[in-house]
Amino acid sequence: MHPILKLLVQRIALSLLLLLAASAMIFIGTQILPGDVAQSILGQSATPESLANLRAELGLNEPALTRYFDWLFGALQGDLGTALTNGRDIAESLGARLKNTLFLAFWAAVISVPLAIFLGLLAVRYQNRWPDKLISAVTLTSISIPEFLIGYVLMYFISVKLGWFTSVSTIYDSMSLGEKLSAIALPVTVLTLVVLAHMMRMTRAAILNVMQSAYIETAELKGLSMFNIIRKHAFPNAIAPIVNVVMLNLAYLVVGVVVVEVVFVYPGMGQYLVDHVSKRDVPVVQACGLIFAAVYIGLNMVADIVSILANPRLRHPK
Amino acid sequence: MSDALLKVRDLKIGATVYPPSGKPHDIEIVHGVSFDLEKGKVLGLIGESGAGKSTIGLSAMAYGRGGVKITGGEVWVNGQDILKQGIRDLRRLRGATVTYVSQSAAASFNPAKKIMEQVTEAAILQGKFSRKEAEERAVRLFDKLGLPNPETIGNRYPHQVSGGQLQRCMTALALCPEPDLVVFDEPTTALDVTTQIDVLMAIKAAIRDTGVAALYITHDLAVVAQVSDDIMVLRMGETVEYGPVDQIINNPQEEYTQALVSVRSIDHEEKRPTPEPVLTVNHVTARYRGTNFDVLRNISVDLHEGQTLAVVGESGSGKSTLARVITGLLPPAEGEINFAGRALSPALEQRSKEDLRELQMIYQMADTAMNPRQTVGTIIGRPLEFYFGMRGAEKRKRIKELLEEIEMGDGFIDRYPAELSGGQKQRVCIARALAAKPKLIICDEVTSALDPLVADGILKLLLNLQKIENVAYLFITHDLATVRAIADSIAVMYQGKVVRYGTKSEVLSPPFDDYTDLLLSSVPEMKLGWLEEVIAHRKMESAGN
Amino acid sequence: MRIPISAVIGLFFTGLYFFVAIFAPWLAPYGMTEAVGDVWEPASSTHWLGTDSIGRDLLTRMIYGGRTTIWIATAATILSFATGSVLGLLAATIGGWVDQLLSRLVDLLMSIPSLIFALVVLSVMPVTITVLILVMGLLDSTRVYRLARAVAVDINVMDYVEAAKLRGEGRSWIIFREILPNALSPLVAEMGLRFIFMVLFVSTLSFLGLGVQPPAADWGGIVKENKEGIVYGIPAALVPAVAIATLAISVNLVADWILNRTTSLKGGRG
Repeated sequence: MHPILKLLVQRIALSLLLLLAASAMIFIGTQILPGDVAQSILGQSATPESLANLRAELGLNEPALTRYFDWLFGALQGDLGTALTNGRDIAESLGARLKNTLFLAFWAAVISVPLAIFLGLLAVRYQNRWPDKLISAVTLTSISIPEFLIGYVLMYFISVKLGWFTSVSTIYDSMSLGEKLSAIALPVTVLTLVVLAHMMRMTRAAILNVMQSAYIETAELKGLSMFNIIRKHAFPNAIAPIVNVVMLNLAYLVVGVVVVEVVFVYPGMGQYLVDHVSKRDVPVVQACGLIFAAVYIGLNMVADIVSILANPRLRHPK
Repeated sequence: MSDALLKVRDLKIGATVYPPSGKPHDIEIVHGVSFDLEKGKVLGLIGESGAGKSTIGLSAMAYGRGGVKITGGEVWVNGQDILKQGIRDLRRLRGATVTYVSQSAAASFNPAKKIMEQVTEAAILQGKFSRKEAEERAVRLFDKLGLPNPETIGNRYPHQVSGGQLQRCMTALALCPEPDLVVFDEPTTALDVTTQIDVLMAIKAAIRDTGVAALYITHDLAVVAQVSDDIMVLRMGETVEYGPVDQIINNPQEEYTQALVSVRSIDHEEKRPTPEPVLTVNHVTARYRGTNFDVLRNISVDLHEGQTLAVVGESGSGKSTLARVITGLLPPAEGEINFAGRALSPALEQRSKEDLRELQMIYQMADTAMNPRQTVGTIIGRPLEFYFGMRGAEKRKRIKELLEEIEMGDGFIDRYPAELSGGQKQRVCIARALAAKPKLIICDEVTSALDPLVADGILKLLLNLQKIENVAYLFITHDLATVRAIADSIAVMYQGKVVRYGTKSEVLSPPFDDYTDLLLSSVPEMKLGWLEEVIAHRKMESAGN
Repeated sequence: MRIPISAVIGLFFTGLYFFVAIFAPWLAPYGMTEAVGDVWEPASSTHWLGTDSIGRDLLTRMIYGGRTTIWIATAATILSFATGSVLGLLAATIGGWVDQLLSRLVDLLMSIPSLIFALVVLSVMPVTITVLILVMGLLDSTRVYRLARAVAVDINVMDYVEAAKLRGEGRSWIIFREILPNALSPLVAEMGLRFIFMVLFVSTLSFLGLGVQPPAADWGGIVKENKEGIVYGIPAALVPAVAIATLAISVNLVADWILNRTTSLKGGRG
C-alpha cells in the first residue's frame, strides 16, 4: 500500500475512534457524573413517587453500559430518542434546525475564508507597516469581545439606530434566498468578524513562517520578483498550513454559531441546545452534543488529511 | 585593474541589534574592505565566525540578510556600481550575472518543487535560455558535477537525493544561467569529509570548465587553499592579509594568518597501554527501542587510565550511540561494560552515585549543555554539592580553583552562559566535568562547533588537564586532525562497526583497510595541490583495479 | 529595563480592574440588588451609567459584576494552570505510558468544543459558582497541559537536562531547577491568554443563562438582563462590552510584552 494511503486510513480510523470515545464522554457527562438525572430534572418539587416514575421512564434502572449502547446504536440508526419536555422525536426536530445552522455557517465561511486569506496576505506584504498594524489592532479588539456582545453592538447600531436589517433573524422555508440572506445578514457579519480575526492572525503567522525559510532567500537571490516568490515558492508550501488554519476556524465557527443563534433568535441547533440545557432535557442535549462533536472532529480530520496530502515527502517517498 | 569583474572598494556593512535591555541600535560589522576579482579567478574569503565573510560575499549581489545593510563603499560588477542600481537591475544581476551557493542546500531548495524546475528557473526567467536549452544545460552540469543519472535526477524532489548530491545540485543551480560570478558560502561545511572531497572536486572542475569566477567563503583554510587563486583573511570585519594563495599558505606575514596556517598541528606523544584498562567495552551490540536495526554491532574497545581513546567516524557511524551506551542512556542489547575494575550496570537508573561521579561527559554544543538560567558558579558548584556535599565558602573556594584550572579566573563565577564566548562556554563545561573528580570523561565532538584557533586552545587545555588529573578521555570526533592531536589509541567506526582499532601509530600507519584509507586521504591538508594529488592517486588506484 | 508604553497601559488597566474587583463593596455607590430608580434611566449625575431593567444602579451592577467575573475567571485560571502545567511537566519528564495516557485523554477532551462540553455537563449539574469554576478550569487545563508538555519536551531533550540526569539528579531537581525556570515565561504569557478566555467563557455561559444566577451580578448576566432594551435603543446591555474588551486588551498587551521580552532574551543573530 502506498504509505500515504496508509496514513490516511490511520487518520480516518483515529477520527472514528475519537468520535466513539467522545460519544462515551457525552454519555458519561450527562448520566453518571451527577448523583441522579431524575433528581436534577425534577429539582425541589421531587416526591419519591415522581422520582421513581421518571427513573423508570428514563430507563435509569438499567445498568449504565446497557443504556449507553442502546443510545449509541439508536443514534447510529438515526434514532436520537424523544425529548423529555415535549415528547417529540429529536431527530425530526433537529433535521430542520441543523439545516438552518449549516446555512448560517456556510455563508459565514464563504465570506470569511477568502477575506481572511486576503487580509493575511496583505498583512504579510506590509509587514510592520501601517496596514499590518491596523489589521492587528482590529483583530486584537475583536478577539477580546465575546461574540454575543459583538452581536448586540451590531444590532444596536446597524439594526436599531440605522434600521438596515432586522434585529431578529427568523427564517422560514417559504422565504426566497434573498429574503433569507437579508434576515441572516447580521448573524453572518458577527460570525465573520469573530472567526476572521483568528483566521487572519494564523494565516499571517503561517505565511510569515514560510517566508522565513532559506528557499525563499534562494528565490530572492535568483532575482525573482516578490509576486513570483509568493506565487511559485511561498504559496505551494503555505497551502497546508492555511487549510489547517481554515479548518480549525470552521470548527471554531461551530461553537460561535451556538451563541449567535441565541442573540438573533435564529431557529438553529445552537438555540435548540441552549433552550434544552436550561430545561435539563438530557436526551436533546446528548444528541446536539454528539452532532457538534462529530462536526468538530470531522473538520479537524479534514485539516490533517490536507496536511498529509500536501506534504511532498509523503507524496513522493524516497 | 579597471577591467576587473568584481571590484569592491571600502565596503562598510552595518546591522541593527536588539539587546534584551536597552534600545535597538546600529553597529558596523564590516569596516571598509577592498578587493578585486578578475574573470575566471577564484578569491577565497576566510575567517572565523563573526569575521563578516558571508556578509561580504552577499554584498556582491547587493543583498543584506535579515536586517543587514550595506552602509558605505562601492561594489562594481562588470563596470557598474551595483549599490546604486534599482531593484529591477538588481534582480537581473542576481538571476543571471552573480549567483549563490549556500551552506545548506537541504534548506535552500523548495521542498515542494522538483529539482530541475528550481535549477533552470532563474535562467529561463531572465531570458538567458529557453526551457529546453536550460534543461539540456542542467543535465550537462549534473553530469559534469558527477551526479548519478544526470538525465533523470532533475525529476526528483529535493528530499529524494542525499545531502552531498543536493549540494552539487545547488552548484548546478548557480551555474545554470551561465553567470560571471558564483558566491560559494561554506558549500562543503555541512558534509562528511569523504563527501566533502567529492563535492570539492566537482566544484573545482566546474569552475575550471565553465570559466566562471568565484568568491569562495569558508572557515577552513586547508579547503580554500585547494580552490583559490587569491585569499583574503578576515577578522572581525577587517582585512588581516590579502594575497596570492601561495604566499598566504607558504609565507604568511601576519601573526593571525600564521596561527591559522599552523592550526591543528598540536602534537602529542602517545602513551603505551597499561595492563589494567579503566574502561572495557565487551562485544556490545545496541539498537534503539522499537527498531530491530543494530546501530552498534559487536563493539570491543579498551581505554587505559590517564589516556585518550579517539573514536572516529562520519555521521551515522554509531560513534555517538557508543557514548550513549557507555553513559547508560541506551542500555546495550548484548555485551557488557567494565569500568574501574567493576561491571557497570547497563541502565543509568541502576548505577551507583560513585559510578555516575567517575564517568562524566562534555557535549558538542556548550550552548545547550548549560542551563541558561544558572550562573557559572551554580553550574560548576552543583556537582561539588551533589557528590561531595560541599557548601558555602568551601564550595566557592573550589569553584574558584576550577575556574583557575580552565584558565578563566574567578571573575566569571556570577556570570550567565549567555555572557560567555563559545570557547569560554566549553571551558565551563570542562570545569563542571572535572568538579566530579572523574576517572573518565566522554568528550562528544567537543571542538567541532568551535573556530579552529579556539578549538586548539580547548585541545591544549584538555591535554594539560589530563597530565594533572590523570583522567582518561573517550574522545568522539569526525575530525582526524583532532585525533592526531590528542589520541593515544584510535577506533575507526563505520556503519556501526569498529573497522580499525589500535594505538595511534598502528592505526595511522599503512597498510590501511579501504575505509580508513578513504577517510585519511579525504582530510584536506594545508598544502597547495593536495586535491590534485588525491584525484590523481584515486584515478591511478581505480585504473589499477 | 525599558517597559514599552503598550505594556504600561496594559499593566495600569489590569491593575485597575483587579483593584475595583477587590474593593467593590467600598467603591460601589449603591447596594448590589437595591432598586434605586426607574427602569432604564439614562446616565445622570446620580447614576453615572443609568439604571438597569429593574431600576438598579448600572455602575453598581458593573462593579459587583466585575468582581464576580474576575473572581471566577481568576480561580478557574489558577485551577487550569495548576492542573495543566503540573500534569504537562510530569508527562514530558516521565514519558512512557504516563505521557501516552494523559495525552490521549487530553486529545479526547479536546475533541469536543469546550463550550459544548460545558453545556452538556451543566445540563445535569447544579449551576453554582464552584461547579462553574471546576468545569471551566478542568476543561481549559487541557490547553495548558498541551503547552506545558510541548515546552517541557523541548527543554527535556536539551543537553543540560541530560547532563543533570547523568549526574544522577532526582526528578524534582530536573523539573523544578532545570526545566521550570526555562519554561516559566511562555507559561506566564499563556496564563494571561487563558485568563481572557475564562472571562469570555464565564460571560458567555452567564449570558446563556447557565452561569452566574440572578440576582448576583456578572458581566454576562448584565447583558442578559438588559438585552431586551436594545431593540428600544437602550444601550445598557452594551456597557459590559466596553468593560470586557478593555480588560481583555490590557491583559493581552501584558502577555505580549512578557513573550517578546523572553524571545529577545534568547538573543538575536550573533
